[in-house]
Amino acid sequence: MNTSSSTATPSRLPAAKRKHPLLRNLPAKLAATPMIATALVVFIGCSVWSVVYSFTSSRSLPKEKFVGLKQYDRLFGSSRWTESIENIAIYGICALVFSLLVGFLLAVALDQKIRFENTFRTIFLYPFALSFIVTGLVWQWILNPDFGIQQIIRDIGFSGFEFNLLASREYSVYALVIAGLWQGTGFVMALMLAGLRGIDQDIWKAARVDGIPAWRTYLFIVIPMMRPVFITTLVIIASGIVKVYDLVVALTDGGPGISSEMPAKYVYDYMFGRANLGQALAASTVMLSTVLIILIPWAYLEFRQKRDGDHA
Amino acid sequence: MHSVEPTGRKPRRVLSTRNIILYGFLIVAALYWLLPLYVMIVTSLKGMPEIRLGNVFSPPVEVTFAPWVKAWDSACTGLYCEGLKVGFWNSVQILIPSVIVSIAIASVNGYALSFWRFKGSEFFFTVLLFGAFIPYQIMIYPLVIILRELHLFSTLWAVIIVHTIFGMPILTLLFRNYFASVPAELFKAARVDGAGFWRIFLQIMLPMSLPIFVVAIILQVTGIWNDFLFGVIYAGTRNFPMTVQLNNIVNSSQGVKEYNVNMAATLLTGLLPLVVYFISGKLFVRGIAAGAVKG
Amino acid sequence: MASLTLRDVRKNYGDIQVVHGVDLDIVDGEFVVFVGPSGCGKSTLLRMIAGLEEITSGSVCIGDTEVNDVAASKRGVSMVFQTYALYPHMTVYKNMAFGLKQAKTPRKEIDERVKAAAEILQITDYLDRVPRNLSGGQRQRVAIGRAIVRDPEVFLFDEPLSNLDAALRVQTRKEIARLHERLETTMIYVTHDQVEAMTLADKIVVLRDGRIEQVGSPIDLYERPDNAFVAQFIGSPKMNFFNADDLTVDAGGLLGRELSADRQVGMRPEHLMLTDPANAVVEGTLELVENLGEYALVHLRTATGVEFIAKTEKPPQVPKASTVCFGIAAELAHFFDANSGLRLA
Repeated sequence: MNTSSSTATPSRLPAAKRKHPLLRNLPAKLAATPMIATALVVFIGCSVWSVVYSFTSSRSLPKEKFVGLKQYDRLFGSSRWTESIENIAIYGICALVFSLLVGFLLAVALDQKIRFENTFRTIFLYPFALSFIVTGLVWQWILNPDFGIQQIIRDIGFSGFEFNLLASREYSVYALVIAGLWQGTGFVMALMLAGLRGIDQDIWKAARVDGIPAWRTYLFIVIPMMRPVFITTLVIIASGIVKVYDLVVALTDGGPGISSEMPAKYVYDYMFGRANLGQALAASTVMLSTVLIILIPWAYLEFRQKRDGDHA
Repeated sequence: MHSVEPTGRKPRRVLSTRNIILYGFLIVAALYWLLPLYVMIVTSLKGMPEIRLGNVFSPPVEVTFAPWVKAWDSACTGLYCEGLKVGFWNSVQILIPSVIVSIAIASVNGYALSFWRFKGSEFFFTVLLFGAFIPYQIMIYPLVIILRELHLFSTLWAVIIVHTIFGMPILTLLFRNYFASVPAELFKAARVDGAGFWRIFLQIMLPMSLPIFVVAIILQVTGIWNDFLFGVIYAGTRNFPMTVQLNNIVNSSQGVKEYNVNMAATLLTGLLPLVVYFISGKLFVRGIAAGAVKG
Repeated sequence: MASLTLRDVRKNYGDIQVVHGVDLDIVDGEFVVFVGPSGCGKSTLLRMIAGLEEITSGSVCIGDTEVNDVAASKRGVSMVFQTYALYPHMTVYKNMAFGLKQAKTPRKEIDERVKAAAEILQITDYLDRVPRNLSGGQRQRVAIGRAIVRDPEVFLFDEPLSNLDAALRVQTRKEIARLHERLETTMIYVTHDQVEAMTLADKIVVLRDGRIEQVGSPIDLYERPDNAFVAQFIGSPKMNFFNADDLTVDAGGLLGRELSADRQVGMRPEHLMLTDPANAVVEGTLELVENLGEYALVHLRTATGVEFIAKTEKPPQVPKASTVCFGIAAELAHFFDANSGLRLA
């Protein structure tokens, strides 16, 4: 059986029968053309185009007149942009901290084998099904100084009560935080709840046998075990924060003055409203870089784990 | 102690400290989350005089549906006074083809990526996933140029294409992960049986994967209905979707603010996703967990 | 029906070679079993024959035609999968008819063939059911039925019994053997279970690390393993291996062979017999007796620390830790080169 020679090979089919490598698996390649086009033309092509033109002096139409870093100089010299950056930092930190904290606490509460779990979950999550425009407009109404929360508290008897976020240059961004949390926290809760449910029930039994109190089990065993869920949630919330636009347009429209402007709105306004394309593209390039700084380390970790898991 | 005790755990006291804290927390939270919905509803059912007298929480003394009628039929956006109905039908016209096209393309992508990998397919997929996180702002303008060159800018097709493009990463991921859970042997059996790319997709995979299609539909219907940015940029004034029109109605600076009409309009816009949400329940949760990256 | 020839077949995944130049001739109508530990390349080899895996180099011929670049469905093969791979949304009938439909077989002929196959496998009553309403054994039959209706030149089985429980496995094994008798088609069967290999095969191919270790009839492999790997792989419990100094001083004389450090002696547990010290080839301290009723497995350890097992009709009537002596008929002992593992004549 160990005849290693291949002299006995029966009639070979003509070599031309073997398809050219490019033609192999052709239907799959054809079917994937929309995906390939999207990946190459839109996600890579358009991004590169925008980055390149952010170095030009384009106004209402793109022009190939390169001006180096001038647009970036102007960008960081503009008070509207620096205000936007400050705002997104405040909004981002508040949204991250509170949605993670409250979302996790809600998930833990729902995980206690409580009654009406489904009802509660439905209530916490429904805002996530709504448009940011809807969310923004409702909160605009609730925060209305003449009829909303401020007035209600005054009606009770605290006539000097001040809660007029929408008219305050200092605090208008917190109106965005309140509305954003209302919309997004339920989603964090859903992810956390899924994470909690994914934890082996035997861990709980083991902790009980060892006599560890529940809060300690959460703090020192469950939360560390949920690290991947936390990281994924963090990345998702963060990339949502960078994009925040609709909510601002609906709730404050950036005002009063420029006190609640956000980077995404800056891009839109300079691109379509003020016909200053170079500025808009420079701003969007800064946004892209920020996202990549968050994303690349995470993707690296994620993919490395996957690769280690594969080919077992 | 002669009483016979049940062998199981002691039944918990209903009013234990633990339960008071637990349910107290949940009920307070639930009130916070429900209040805006309540406010929308009561405001939309009051007349303007009543609103001026009371506050956002006071229930309507005299229920009126006039604000709803006005919001739907004759509210002004600043230029026109045709109500939200125009935006509603625009949104429907955008929604249906966008959902169909985006899901059709993404499901085939996911299938090809699971069973018919080719050189580079994983690379394109990785780029696609990165695309899910990249801020749209960086790609908006070049897309305007491309669509203008194709003579599609400011048409319904422009919005449909853009929704298909930006829905692709998450939907492709959704379908790829689903098909990855289909046993590879099933696919091999179909190949030995002589079925090719499209036949296996249409006759074997499609009938098997109806649940994931439902998830994808929920995801896309709510996502596309709620979109504002793409509608305002690509659709053109005559095709503005409902969200854009809603914002124009409420935030238009002319005239006296009609809060009841505004809230009726807001509710009308939120109605479809809310209905989808309440009907689909757990599938919605599954959809957003998978669609989480859409941000 | 057809013969099958593999010539220097190789498979690489990137830089990793998983099948290293396999040559094999399978005669028309033969029942061939590929057996080996997991990761030995047996399933890869089968999939290459099926056309589900590209062949990196070498050639696969079915009958007189090289099929390297022929699509799976055009090779005239049918395959039965480990997980059955039944289409979950189709009835049993449609599952069996699907392949024929793809080949544009006339409806009437499809009907005849499906019914005939259902008859053979006694699944006629289930034709309208969907797979999820069938038991494991019934699903297995449908999977085989789906293979039969295609009337293939070669049947391929990829570990078809490993998802069945023990009792059903024995029964289905018998049915596959009967099916082969009836259809007289070439069958290739992959398994890691050496009992299946021994009971079903006309010819066993033992694989390890992508290479063929030995090809032969079951009895050949049992009686004359080419090397230590095959010797250990075939037979249960495994063959015991000893170096010269693990055995008694008289062992060489009793076995009629010269023993030296570069030789290993293999003895199957079922060939070891209780004996008196004068005739002992190997002695060991009794560590554990597993009494299975019809026979007993006696676990022992030599003075040099080597564990070995003897299969005896009755458990030895001595207390634990006492020394027990075993002899063996000289012709039943196997000798291997200690370095290469190859059988010594």
